[in-house]
Amino acid sequence: MARSDLAAGLARDGVVALSEVRAGERGVVAALDGGRGLLSRMASLGFTPGAEVTVVQNFRRGPLIAQVRGARIALGRGEAGKVMVYRKSPHEVW
Amino acid sequence: MSCHPESRPYRSGKPVRSGGNASGERAVLVALAGQPNVGKSTVFNLLTGLDQHVGNWPGKTVERKEGTFTFNGTTYRLVDLPGTYSLTANSAEEVVAREFIVRERPDVVMALVDAAILERSLYLVAELLSLPAPVVVGLNMIDVAEQEGVRIAPEVLQAALGVPVVAMVAARNVGVRELVEAVDGLARGEVPYAPHPPQIRADHQRVLEEIAGLIAGCAPAPYPLEWVALKLLEGDGEITRMVQECMPGERWEQVHEVLRAHDDALVAVAGGRYEWIGRTIRAAVARPRAGQIGLTERLDRWAAHPVWGLLLLAGVLGLIFWLTYTVGTPLQGLLDTYVVGTVAGLARAALSGAPLWLAGLVVDGAIGGVGAVLTFLPILVIFFAVMAVLEDAGYMARAAYVMDGFMHLMGLHGKSFLPLFLGFGCNVPAVLGTRVIESRRARLLTILLAPLVPCTARMAVIAFLAPAFFGSAATLVSWGLLLLALAVLALSGVLINKTLFRGRRAAFIMELPLYHLPNWHTIGLLVWQRSLAFVKKAGTLILAVSVVVWALSVLPGGKVETSFLARLGRWLEPAGRWMGFDWRLVVALLTGFIAKENSIATLGVLFGTGAGAGLAATLAATYPAATGLAFLVVQMLFVPCVATVAVIRQETGGWRWTLFSLGFLLVVSWAAGVGVFWLATLLGLS
Repeated sequence: MARSDLAAGLARDGVVALSEVRAGERGVVAALDGGRGLLSRMASLGFTPGAEVTVVQNFRRGPLIAQVRGARIALGRGEAGKVMVYRKSPHEVW
Repeated sequence: MSCHPESRPYRSGKPVRSGGNASGERAVLVALAGQPNVGKSTVFNLLTGLDQHVGNWPGKTVERKEGTFTFNGTTYRLVDLPGTYSLTANSAEEVVAREFIVRERPDVVMALVDAAILERSLYLVAELLSLPAPVVVGLNMIDVAEQEGVRIAPEVLQAALGVPVVAMVAARNVGVRELVEAVDGLARGEVPYAPHPPQIRADHQRVLEEIAGLIAGCAPAPYPLEWVALKLLEGDGEITRMVQECMPGERWEQVHEVLRAHDDALVAVAGGRYEWIGRTIRAAVARPRAGQIGLTERLDRWAAHPVWGLLLLAGVLGLIFWLTYTVGTPLQGLLDTYVVGTVAGLARAALSGAPLWLAGLVVDGAIGGVGAVLTFLPILVIFFAVMAVLEDAGYMARAAYVMDGFMHLMGLHGKSFLPLFLGFGCNVPAVLGTRVIESRRARLLTILLAPLVPCTARMAVIAFLAPAFFGSAATLVSWGLLLLALAVLALSGVLINKTLFRGRRAAFIMELPLYHLPNWHTIGLLVWQRSLAFVKKAGTLILAVSVVVWALSVLPGGKVETSFLARLGRWLEPAGRWMGFDWRLVVALLTGFIAKENSIATLGVLFGTGAGAGLAATLAATYPAATGLAFLVVQMLFVPCVATVAVIRQETGGWRWTLFSLGFLLVVSWAAGVGVFWLATLLGLS
């Protein structure tokens, strides 16, 4: 419950789920949602707050590909929905 | 792992010289650690050559490879740890890796990292440095990193980490010798060892001390107290269970209270390790603004595309089928005729003076069983090789990715697709191939579904019987049977997932490794080891079952018609009568347990016609078409052959799920057979 509230709160601050980020767009991980096992796997693969993420492929359905900490990671749509990111436009330098 | 080696002094800063000298009292123990796809097996094979032993970790279905090599007059025992991203217990692999390091106390840990994905690969090193074993870092694939425009200074990284760092390209045998020199130097105590492990963030330090105070005396034996506290904070299931079991409930409540107040610590601790990595590599890595598009990205635009990716996959699968039918099946036939046939002929001639039962036991029982194992091999080798090439080249992950949506329908995800697909060739590699799936639940479900994929042997039986019953409509019937089998597979997947696993689905998170040319040395060794393991393990069970079935088919009178097997068939006949079966069809199904093709040979014996065209005509004249159709359906969905059962037992770790699988298939095939029989009768197919 608490985590979903957190996600809802973040969404109001311009934070979106990774599954909403289009191919070619970049973002910075804001928070992770989900069970302990999932969190642990995602965190060890590099999805920790502050990590830069580039969405490589996202066809609006099915799994997507994201690049994080130099590695390409395939995520199911459900799993990608649990990574909350600050979205940045592809041309913004930061 | 219950064995405790002799205790050695805890080495914090300086390594202890521990044997492996010229007097050869004990080989130096080296562990090879690294994340998946960093080239661990390449290094392992380069160092140990054929001098390696492959087995399982005790009590786990995780592959354990061990080998030896000599360097500088010292013998080294090299143990390949499973490839894991971290050392937090998410899977059996992670538990195996860290237990080995803590309990077996390797003299040196060789940690391989992928230079092209340096940040992420160093995550495991960050965890390793907190454990009491000296680490040497092998900076592998430095050439790939340079192609991607990343330049790394190994000596700067070495200074930052405080442990030896060796740049290497294992695929071209560059730097491997230097890596071993570094290991040797550490093992001999000639090289000072002063690592700079990640420091715990100040705000976590207080919490850790609080937890450490609460759990004092309950930290599982050889693990350092602070490490246990950290793993509790990270929510490690295995460590949590161990500590909880050790202390009374109210004391655990206190620990639990602290942990609950910091339930975001898991991500924060991982984030802290990545911050440490960022600081450590900052000076060592020069990364000109990344702008160029790499080979992997260009290939993935096709291979991972929802449409083109599926077409490419269809092409790859077509190629596998083509290989199976143009190379595998003819080879099987040749082996059967020339090798098995010749040996059987020789044995028969040699035993012509011996009692008839002995000749029967040797020729039909033993040689028949060995022959079944042998004729499996061509198809197995092809499938093992295909799996290894696709895995090594990096394509396997893409196939899983594009099939993920489809596999969701059955409560599975993409990683289950290729193992199941391999089942079309032979169910044995399908079951063995499920090792690529990390989640135990998804793996088990895939194993349970694998026998429902019709293998080449089942299709061969269908190809013989369908024309016998249905003449020109045989092709249509065969396709119908295939679709039925796949529909039953999908339905069973949904059903088992909903009931036994309560609809929970394993998370789909998977690295898509960089594409690279497969290493033929690695693939060759892998195929050799897998085939050998199959012959050794499954072979003995197949031989035993083959002899037992043979004995049942000739005892007590020497004739099949009056044998125990026939009696068993008559006893089971009532179940078959629902579909119009008589005892002969039941016996044919039973003998198919050794190898599916045996069903036809058995019918040939029971009808006294041999297994040719005469049998086809006799069968068509004896049974109505509805019974024929039901027999084909049951044959398609029945209990798999003994080889598959043997590997199911091996991979599920016992008889429990194996018996469940057998029972499930019996019920499903019987129900489908009865259903199809009555439907066909209603439609006037009798």
